[in-house]
Amino acid sequence: MRKRRLKIPAAWITPLGVIGAVIAIAWVGIAFTARLWVPFDPLSQDLPRLQAPGIDTLMGTDALGRDIFSRLMTGASVTIPLALMLVLMSLVVGTLIGAIAGYFGKWVDELLMRLTDLVMAFPTVILAMVVAAALGPSLFNAVIAAFVVSWPQYARMTRSIVLGLRTQNYVMAGRLMGFSPFKTLRVDIAPNVVGPILVLASLDVGTAILLLSGLSFLGLGAQPPTAEWGSMISAAIQNFDSWWIGLFPGLAILTVVMAFNFVGDSLRDIFDPTSQVSRAGARS
Amino acid sequence: MGNTPRATRRYSARSPLVGYLLRRLGTSVLLLFGVTIVTFALANLVPGDPIAAALGEGAASNPATVEAYIKERGLDQPLPVQYANYISGLFHGDMGISLRTTQPVADDLAQAVPATVEIALLAIVVSLGVGVALGSLAAYRRGKISDQLVRVFSLIGLSIPTFWMALVSFNFFFLQLRIAPGSGRLSPALAPPPTVTGFYTVDALLAGQWVTFTDALAHLMLPVFVLSLFTIGLLTRFVRTSVLEVLDADYVRAGRAKGLSGPRLLFGYVLRGASLPILTIVGLAFGTLLSGTVLVEAVFAWPGLGSYAYNSATSLDLPGVMGVGLVVGVVYLSINFAVDLLYGVLDPRVRLA
Repeated sequence: MRKRRLKIPAAWITPLGVIGAVIAIAWVGIAFTARLWVPFDPLSQDLPRLQAPGIDTLMGTDALGRDIFSRLMTGASVTIPLALMLVLMSLVVGTLIGAIAGYFGKWVDELLMRLTDLVMAFPTVILAMVVAAALGPSLFNAVIAAFVVSWPQYARMTRSIVLGLRTQNYVMAGRLMGFSPFKTLRVDIAPNVVGPILVLASLDVGTAILLLSGLSFLGLGAQPPTAEWGSMISAAIQNFDSWWIGLFPGLAILTVVMAFNFVGDSLRDIFDPTSQVSRAGARS
Repeated sequence: MGNTPRATRRYSARSPLVGYLLRRLGTSVLLLFGVTIVTFALANLVPGDPIAAALGEGAASNPATVEAYIKERGLDQPLPVQYANYISGLFHGDMGISLRTTQPVADDLAQAVPATVEIALLAIVVSLGVGVALGSLAAYRRGKISDQLVRVFSLIGLSIPTFWMALVSFNFFFLQLRIAPGSGRLSPALAPPPTVTGFYTVDALLAGQWVTFTDALAHLMLPVFVLSLFTIGLLTRFVRTSVLEVLDADYVRAGRAKGLSGPRLLFGYVLRGASLPILTIVGLAFGTLLSGTVLVEAVFAWPGLGSYAYNSATSLDLPGVMGVGLVVGVVYLSINFAVDLLYGVLDPRVRLA
């Protein structure tokens, strides 16, 4: 393990990964600073309505006379932190549940895995939509709904890794030395879970952003007047002729999601030599 | 493989295949009940006030109305009884009354399902075609520029917000270029073909209405294109991995050694070997398509499940939303069941495991 870890920094430098990382870091930077430098208040409705992009308003204005550029930039601070939080939440809960199911086996495993089966019996957006509608429309409830559909994939993956390791000799040796279940999971098993879970999480950030903005598009997430990308696109349906209302928020979603997918996919090459471009190929 | 006596034995009552099918059927039925429990629980047990939501603010402030509603829907009975009522209602096609359309949800959905299935089926065919082509290309040219390009394109496909792509392509191809037909399933001047399957294209062909067929097909193009982008990305990546795995297999090398190359090798050996793992991902891809329709149909005013879900969600019509959840859950389960069956039939190792 130690040796392999030391190799990683060199392999990190793939064009795709670097491009992705730069765009992702830029968006995170925008998310945290946008409120300080955007030209207009994202909520004020003082500008002329439905103005096409120009020198004053870079991306035009919407039907209520709000500056789309300012709303777009501050919108990053709504979506990105929530998506990161969502992924972190799903990761922690899912990994714990998967580890417990895989390690303890028997009825605990059976119960927890049937629970993941149940969640996975629905297509994600559909279940998230149903949960969000039942809880009532709000950004907070949309995050809860997204969490409900997101954790099982972590649980599934962790469980399968733990199952494979449980009977390995070195794990057995630890247990014979008197390691408690918790210590076994932490010392002997966790290091093998970190890599795959990290890859899954980095790819999941994109999925989380698509899911949250999709729920907001359905009116089940962010509520007006919040500047959120999905609901900004939703507003464009009422103003088909003003193409700029919907175009730019979508490009924002696309670039952020793409950036995280690029990073995640490059990480996958590093942690999983069998997938995508071979490691030998990536190095040469 | 398959001299006659063995083949007959394989399908006898105690054969592994039948056992496998029964096991899969059992799990699917259990999951089906699970799905109803989820929709029941969400519709009845959530923190919000379903009675107020069902009756509207005004009526809910009148205690007599509320009491009557509780009696009528059996809400004063214990939960297991309520759930039993809910299930028996489902068997009778009772999914509640939509607050938005004031029609029974089941009737609304019965009309919407064929429209969505028509899009989803066409989209899965398109995605499979393109995905297999691009994925095989990338695997054959592993590590080369074309492989890298396919990788970037498939990642971009996975990153596009479908509801935005729907809006942008509708705007561009219809409003700007005028080469795509407008929204809906048919041009306003045409009457829908007589209903046989509910698919306008198939029905029009059956009725011999050529003009209606081409018009329906033209209306399908844009929604199918938008929906396919994500699944193409998904399938391309998966096909590439699956093809890479078999490219090194002994039997493919044997095929090469026999002097086979090109399409014979690709279709007869490589894709045949890779088809099983690809099949499993088709079930998953169908799920993302159904998710996609919810976000795409509203833009194209396509009168399917997706538009119904969108309109129900935006007007907070809980019975409507639950109905969509239930129907999509059932459709998704059935598809995955069918995929499992096919898998078990095609690959003897699965049913013996």
